[in-house]
Amino acid sequence: MSKHWLTGGARIQTIIEAQDLKKTFGEIRAVDGISFAVKKGEVFGFLGPNGAGKTSTMKIIACVSPRTSGKIQVLGMDPDCSPAEIKMRIGVVPQETNLDPDFTCYGNLFTYSRYFDIPPDAAQQKANELLEFVQLQEKKDVTVEKLSGGMKRRLILARALINNPDLLILDEPTIGLDPQARILIWERLKLLQAKGNTIVLTTHYLDEAARLCDRLVIMDNGKILVTGSPADLVKQYVGNEIVEVEKTDEVISCLVANNIPYEIIGDSVQIATESSREVIRILFDHCSPHKVLTRPATLEDVFLKLTGRKLRE
Amino acid sequence: MHPFLSLPRISKRAWKVWHRNLVVFLRTWKVNFFPPLVEAFLYLFAIGMGIGTYVKDIGGIPYINFIAPAILAIAVMNSAFFECTYGSYVRMYYQKSFDAMIATPLSIEDVIAGELLWGATRSVIYVIIMLPVLAAFGVISFPASLLVIPLAFLGGLMFAGIAMCFTAITPSIDTLNYPSFLLITPMMLFSGTFFPLTLLPVLFQDIALAVLPLTHLVAVMRMLTLPAISGLLILHVIWITLVTAIFCIISINLMRKRLII
Repeated sequence: MSKHWLTGGARIQTIIEAQDLKKTFGEIRAVDGISFAVKKGEVFGFLGPNGAGKTSTMKIIACVSPRTSGKIQVLGMDPDCSPAEIKMRIGVVPQETNLDPDFTCYGNLFTYSRYFDIPPDAAQQKANELLEFVQLQEKKDVTVEKLSGGMKRRLILARALINNPDLLILDEPTIGLDPQARILIWERLKLLQAKGNTIVLTTHYLDEAARLCDRLVIMDNGKILVTGSPADLVKQYVGNEIVEVEKTDEVISCLVANNIPYEIIGDSVQIATESSREVIRILFDHCSPHKVLTRPATLEDVFLKLTGRKLRE
Repeated sequence: MHPFLSLPRISKRAWKVWHRNLVVFLRTWKVNFFPPLVEAFLYLFAIGMGIGTYVKDIGGIPYINFIAPAILAIAVMNSAFFECTYGSYVRMYYQKSFDAMIATPLSIEDVIAGELLWGATRSVIYVIIMLPVLAAFGVISFPASLLVIPLAFLGGLMFAGIAMCFTAITPSIDTLNYPSFLLITPMMLFSGTFFPLTLLPVLFQDIALAVLPLTHLVAVMRMLTLPAISGLLILHVIWITLVTAIFCIISINLMRKRLII
């Protein structure tokens, strides 16, 4: 690779940098002035309910949808000015399965390699390597229509890696998959992460985000609500532990009397706390609870706290 | 200038899209090579020999020789038009192939240009398969008829461009039936194909020459296969070239508007 004129070949540490990025569709502000930076080698997540603006952001990064305003640099280049140069160095796993049904698994990878100007010999070797990487070598000559949902997602992941991308963009990589298939994809992503790949992903599976992401943002209504590592966010916005108690009038009035903040979810009362012992002691001493459960606080608690519990369309 | 007429930036990567379609086509070549052969025979027997029994000649030209270039021109029209309407629509909407391609260094302009080039190539392939059949029946003359091959590319590109405009604006695959029945079928019948344009009322002749692209293609094809080349050939080719350029450019811009949001 040729040396960059500005950095003189030094490694660019910031892979994506966005400032006040906006994307509007008519009246709808899909992305409403977000700023973020993704560093080399990190797994960076975009979380948010449906319609939060995650996919729009991914499409701007992937140079397939022009931004309305704001600044963005991907691999040191502007998607508006150098889309082909950026796309040459990124891999994209789209939300929708768009494998080429006219080809086999191998054919999909090989055909795709041509779009990146990869010579046939190198492409052949790479395609075989990748089929092995996603454990599809046995399906090499099977047309994609005959694959299960999980196999298709794995093949799309392999396809996104055909050009050895410097940046991998995954939009809902495990959507609609069974637990086994999800775990396999996670393992593969962990391997890629270990090799120093930079990965940007969107998801609304919070366990997935907690497991994979070094850092993440939570988006809602086109805006970034918070940025941080999963553990820091949990600690900062919820606390260490959650105590869940069955909802009774007695428990609620008792919590109010003892000045303990709580939240009612369905038929249970949730108390976020640094130390569950203290809360449980008060509960048992004063409130005569029925069922009590203690669990560690999760990203899901942060997510629901920040984005609310109302159903999204 | 109107944004739909602005010159799109196309790179040579467009040929990669063309190549992809060629690979798929060749993989099912048995299915793809059969229709042109059959079609040539069907037309020659049904119209050439059937109707030709009653219509011995038109202006001194044997009827079967008169319709031979029309058979070629119609094949050029149909193969490019249907490839770039139904074929391209399926790849765009159902297979999401365009979305997958523009995630690579290909731009949407490259993708559509590749589709147009492929549509034109299909016309060429169709004509190349039909030519030996027509030659075997002795209804076209050589070597002038060989020029039909490059002409098929130009004519194919014209119908590909027209087709792609419809594909870019159609709300669903069903509405593509409108241009097929309201444009392609009448054109097949009233473009000086199976009877001379001069049999139509003068007004209709003028309309046909002004707005029916097939009229010009049939005219040039006929000059080449009879052969009966005249200076008018240049005018027809200029007309075809202009219309080709305009529709191809508009179709790429319309597709960009549809797909890049």
